[in-house]
Amino acid sequence: MKVAVITFPGSNCDYDLYKAVQRVGGRPEFVWHRERNLTDMDVVMLPGGFSYGDYLRAGAIARMSPVMEDVIAFAGGGGPVLGICNGFQILCEAGLLPGALVRNDTLRFESRDVRVRVERKDTLFTSEYERGQVLRMPIAHGEGNYVADSETLRALEGEGRIVFRYVDADGAPTPEANPNGSAHNIAGLMNDGGNVVGMMPHPERATEAILGSTDGLGLFTSLAKHLSPSAASG
Amino acid sequence: MNRYRLEIRVKPRSGILDPEGKAIHHALQSLGWKGVLDARVGKAIDLDMEADSPEEAVKIADEMCRRLLANPVTEDYEIGTPETMEGAS
Repeated sequence: MKVAVITFPGSNCDYDLYKAVQRVGGRPEFVWHRERNLTDMDVVMLPGGFSYGDYLRAGAIARMSPVMEDVIAFAGGGGPVLGICNGFQILCEAGLLPGALVRNDTLRFESRDVRVRVERKDTLFTSEYERGQVLRMPIAHGEGNYVADSETLRALEGEGRIVFRYVDADGAPTPEANPNGSAHNIAGLMNDGGNVVGMMPHPERATEAILGSTDGLGLFTSLAKHLSPSAASG
Repeated sequence: MNRYRLEIRVKPRSGILDPEGKAIHHALQSLGWKGVLDARVGKAIDLDMEADSPEEAVKIADEMCRRLLANPVTEDYEIGTPETMEGAS
């Protein structure tokens, strides 16, 4: 599994992603936002961080980077694309995912562990989890409040495109478990093709026991299993 | 080509939660301005630009808003009247 980790000025989770990919036997490669080469890549990942200082809107400037044309083409061809945190914001700004991420309703930067429930098992990204499984992983964002018009939210729910939802310890999507005000407690969602996923929590920061949780690892093993079955089983 | 200065105002869409506006609203009320009913926070972008006419300047600015300056999911925008600048070439 060859994975492009796209780096923008201000990305700060690129090395965490790189390590997480290596951990599951994948071959990560940093791709600078000005480079235009995604051929041979099996997966494209957009890391967290604060690309361009979040100027204008989080992800709005990064979305204009030369490499994003290739990311859009890669996604259009069915290639798996994962955007985490700022990467999720960039995917929304680029129109690869619907809706937008605005200021947390708490008005605070939220940096802590949250619980999310796996809503779909039948995706490239979540097949190693169980449906309804509750995962613990960190969030660290000021703009993670997912908004979309009611029609879009209806479509997301109706088509089962919500991949992760913020929940409490019992797995219930309560308002108290929602760290940022996201509509329908949405923590992660996918496009209609199922090949583009964006999420605010950081699975790459929950891949080693020493980091407090290994619950994020399943996302990377799921991808590895689909894209390099021999490496994942070894 | 003429030079124009125009102001673009980008505001959170009505119906979109504006926590910053809400915080300012509360702060103003706690300072005693009980008559404040609402506050909304957006941004103003001043652009100096070249165009053939004020109409063209507005047309270009409108495209800029749609492609970059405003997010149609969460924001509305208004383009001010272009002001002619000195130094037209």
